[in-house]
Amino acid sequence: MRKLSPFVTSLLGMALAWFGGAGCGRSQENAVNVIGSTSILPFAEMLAEEFHRQNPGIRVKVQGGGSTHGLQAVTNGTAQVGMCSRSLTPEETGLTAVTIARDGIAIVVHPTNPLAGLTRGQIRGIFSGRLTNWKDVGGKDQAVRPITREEGSGTREAFTHLVMGKERIAANAITQESNGAVKELVKTDPGAIGFMSLGLVGTELKALAVDDVAASTAEVLSGKYPLVRPFLFVMKGKPGEPAQRLIDYVLSPAAQQLLEKEGLVRAQ
Amino acid sequence: MVALTAIAGLALITAFIFKEGLPFMMKVGAKDFLLSDEWRPKEAKFGIFPMIVGSLVVTAGAMVIGVVFGLGVAILLTQFCSPRLVSVLKPCIELLAGIPSVVYGFVGVVVLVPLIREHLGGPGLSVLAAAIVLGIMVLPTVISISVDALQAVPRPYYEGSIALGATEWQTTHMVTLRAARSGIVAAIILGMGRAIGETMAVMMVAGNAIALPRSPLDSVRTLTSTIALEMGYAAGDHRRALFATGVTLFVVIMILNSAALALSRRGARGARSR
Repeated sequence: MRKLSPFVTSLLGMALAWFGGAGCGRSQENAVNVIGSTSILPFAEMLAEEFHRQNPGIRVKVQGGGSTHGLQAVTNGTAQVGMCSRSLTPEETGLTAVTIARDGIAIVVHPTNPLAGLTRGQIRGIFSGRLTNWKDVGGKDQAVRPITREEGSGTREAFTHLVMGKERIAANAITQESNGAVKELVKTDPGAIGFMSLGLVGTELKALAVDDVAASTAEVLSGKYPLVRPFLFVMKGKPGEPAQRLIDYVLSPAAQQLLEKEGLVRAQ
Repeated sequence: MVALTAIAGLALITAFIFKEGLPFMMKVGAKDFLLSDEWRPKEAKFGIFPMIVGSLVVTAGAMVIGVVFGLGVAILLTQFCSPRLVSVLKPCIELLAGIPSVVYGFVGVVVLVPLIREHLGGPGLSVLAAAIVLGIMVLPTVISISVDALQAVPRPYYEGSIALGATEWQTTHMVTLRAARSGIVAAIILGMGRAIGETMAVMMVAGNAIALPRSPLDSVRTLTSTIALEMGYAAGDHRRALFATGVTLFVVIMILNSAALALSRRGARGARSR
């Protein structure tokens, strides 16, 4: 083997040292990794920024991946806080959940869709694949295209639990991997219907009324809107100090007001 | 020693994938795993047949585009273009190879999918969209290897054919292409290997519906997208099923690559013996 020039050797050495040092050099005690639901993600990022402004010593890193992914990250220690947009299942033991907000699940369609609302039974029919044309539910004569999320999604779990009941979502529904992707798709496809976090709908889509109750934060607050799920921050065992400070901040009136301004409903 | 590290790395990855995936496949039954069309991990149903069909159909579509345009460009570049034009075109083609697949996927979602939806119908996220995007991604591979194969044809073949009175085009398709055949087949097979292994771009434009496609406008899910979509949260048997999917993918690509190697070696041997 040809001998490496001293310059290359020292470069390699520096690279190795840098990579090695980067892992152990920085203090990990003041970092909080928050991983999980893409529904909670934008709100968590916003809260993290505010939190960091008030606590410059603590770094909060927020990441998506889906609710179930977040729970796994907390279980195996990768994250101190998991974001979960559905209630925990009985099998998910050993975790403490704190409700930080409540969010509606909006059934969204393209703005040109003439329908104003659907019943839960109709929504179930569409997503299970039984109803295949919009005219079956009183709309235009056009094929319905249900869009769902991947199986680990908290939004999908909550939707299945609240709407589908015993029926399964059609296997041939188009699958997207985040709220944002669903929104993009429904925004451009006049025949599409999808479900996503109410807080993220914005003005480019139409959110249908469910069982004659409008999809708005007011109705979620009043308790009449049927599709509501909790936003949870999940921890394993007793949280460390930085994580606890984050949770305390998120439950404080100031943070809850911030969340409400962005379209969520406060925790209590 | 550096080569040993590379081989060791490859061996470790292979061993790991097989160690995780093969026992699961045996447990569930290879036939059930590969041929059942119900993929519902929550209910412990693991059948990857729709994904296998999805991968194959999307790859076939990509190869139609890749071969027709790729071979065409390769023939043009070697037989009919002036050297100046070649020196401009070749870097452009190599540039195509450098574009990240997520960028291809992004352009596909923003430009191609709405086009398909408006003019051809269906959801737009379809076999067609994936085939077009993959076809373009595969072009640099097919073109550069075909160009090498065509340039390796000895000059006397060309001169002899022209001397016998054939036109340029007749020479090309009756003599040169035939002589470069095994190299071109190798190019196609390597392009196929690239197409079947592509994940990001396909996941963004294919729709990811778990169903057998009945037309090019239907959504499909490929083997690679399945792994990418579900790896983040899969646990236990679901995770092992994803590894088994990886094993399937691995085997398919290994078969394709071995075929490419065998064919190109046969071509070289044949050319030398003449």
